[in-house]
Amino acid sequence: MQNTDKPMSRWQRFKDNDIVWSFFHSPGAVIAATIATVVILACIFAPLIAPFDPFDPAQISLWDGKLPPAWVDGGQPQYLLGTDNQGRDMLSTILYGGRLSILVGLAAVCLGMVLGVTLGVVSGYVGGVTDAVIMRIADVQLTIPGILLAILINGIGRVVLPLDMRDEFAVYVVVLAIGLTDWPQFARVTRGATLVEANKEYVQAARIIGLPGWLIMLRHILPNTLRPVLVIATIGLALAIIAEATLSFLGQGIPPTTPSLGTLIRVGNEYLFSGLWWITFFPAIALVVLVFAVNLLGDWMRDALNPKLR
Amino acid sequence: MFFFILRRLGQSLLVMAIVSAVSFSLFNFVGDPVNNMVGQDATREQRIEIRQQLGLDDPILSQYTRFLGNMVQGDFGLSYRIKRPVDDLILERLPATLELVFVSAVIALVVGITLGIYTGIRRGTWASRAILSVSLVGVSLPTFIIGIALIYLFAVHLRWLPSSGRSGTIDFGWWKTSLLTVDGWRAIILPAITLSLFQLTLILRLVRAEMLEVIQTDFIKFARARGLSERAVNFRHALRNTLVPVITIIGLNTGGLIAFSVITETVFQWPGTGLMFIQAVDFVDVPIMAAYLVFVALLFVVINLVVDILYFIVDPRIRLGG
Repeated sequence: MQNTDKPMSRWQRFKDNDIVWSFFHSPGAVIAATIATVVILACIFAPLIAPFDPFDPAQISLWDGKLPPAWVDGGQPQYLLGTDNQGRDMLSTILYGGRLSILVGLAAVCLGMVLGVTLGVVSGYVGGVTDAVIMRIADVQLTIPGILLAILINGIGRVVLPLDMRDEFAVYVVVLAIGLTDWPQFARVTRGATLVEANKEYVQAARIIGLPGWLIMLRHILPNTLRPVLVIATIGLALAIIAEATLSFLGQGIPPTTPSLGTLIRVGNEYLFSGLWWITFFPAIALVVLVFAVNLLGDWMRDALNPKLR
Repeated sequence: MFFFILRRLGQSLLVMAIVSAVSFSLFNFVGDPVNNMVGQDATREQRIEIRQQLGLDDPILSQYTRFLGNMVQGDFGLSYRIKRPVDDLILERLPATLELVFVSAVIALVVGITLGIYTGIRRGTWASRAILSVSLVGVSLPTFIIGIALIYLFAVHLRWLPSSGRSGTIDFGWWKTSLLTVDGWRAIILPAITLSLFQLTLILRLVRAEMLEVIQTDFIKFARARGLSERAVNFRHALRNTLVPVITIIGLNTGGLIAFSVITETVFQWPGTGLMFIQAVDFVDVPIMAAYLVFVALLFVVINLVVDILYFIVDPRIRLGG
């Protein structure tokens, strides 16, 4: 393609891309993307932005525990959102917790995506018994709700590990549990797209010149199935973040020593009745804003990538 | 018709076979069942004896068939932690879960369909827009956060309703109901709303979308042209034709309600099967985990089957496609 087109600068091509065009012409998407980017960047650069390091015992003092937010009576200006029961600054803890939540969500979606897309392309391209078996497994898995399955896989994963390693590997177990539950979505969509692509002429041409099956799948079919996968991955990220938070809230996920947003909400929930609302409230708001922004982004992407709706 | 049901039935059996194999392997791969039954200080001989009593030395296939046989009779053995038959424990807690699911399904249906019709007919009014925006937020809110927010508002702040547990139960044989007393209703209302909210938004959006589509069809235009009242057109003609897909989704989502009851029950400490499952996972109580897995899968398979058959009966187009 590059050789036949007029020479265009990279930026020019980027700007003329239909997805990019549609992005800058829908205010909802721009706002959502801005919120999502700000939240995600703030969390990723938590060590640089956060006023305190919640994991450094030298910076935590129990005397500063349970302080309300700065604008409430009894609050102190250096703790903008107050402190939790252990005297950790809420803002810093939320930034660090959000970082973990986003990382776990991304890792889980990547795992589910790689697994699902691989199985989907193979299923659609090879067909026959392989296809039947893979799709049947996906069907069976889809009959059971994801969150239930994640709890179960997570529970088994924790039990299989020796006691002293459980906390240390909890994050990986959660990633595995969520990743293994959301692959069928990816597999279904990729299989559908593969079935369409596999009959097109360029694939037939590739087959005729004798390319091996795996190369056709990898180089020719895969890139053409990625658009719908992108949509599912975005919505999947929101779902994965919720799933992690839910697991952690149920006490099945990330341990309180390295808290995620869900763990923070769980810990704060115990202090709700004594009126210490801010320990739960701010992590919950952070989680909701994050998920909402990612969802909006996914909504927009679904519309932008679906030519039928344009 | 007959072959359609037969094929669906075959698929359901396959699902159950796979799920039962998974729950059987739980027993074998997760922890050592003998360790769970005897104390730390049991002698080697005692352990070997129990192994033989449990039949753990038999070939894996005959163990599996025995497990299947017991499973069909609802026998999952004793809970490791409470030392009581698992099926008794589940039956004891089932009424609490079913009543919770029932009440929230009713809330989701009544409110969801009403708001769906409203936003479908009166599109563009500010009330419709507000309802739709709120519903979008509802989809993004994790269940447990809704639960915490409701507890804080109604139990901690306003002190109108209890924050957790189930109360005011009346016994009917093995079924303990809390739907006959004021106390029982006060306790169920918050968890039921929490559980229903997600389904409610789903039903609302579905009914609205269907209404918008149906209203544009020719037979509705014809009904209008005949001079029928707005009310007759909307409810007798339009609504009726939106209900087929709605019924399907509702049927399929009943399973979702049961799954999310795990979270809701934990937030509100509601003594149902979901809370029991979470506690079982905490204590690695394998018999309960295995039984719950099979139970939920069975529920889903039955619901799917019923919905498929209903759909088949209601919509003649599927019969032809067979």
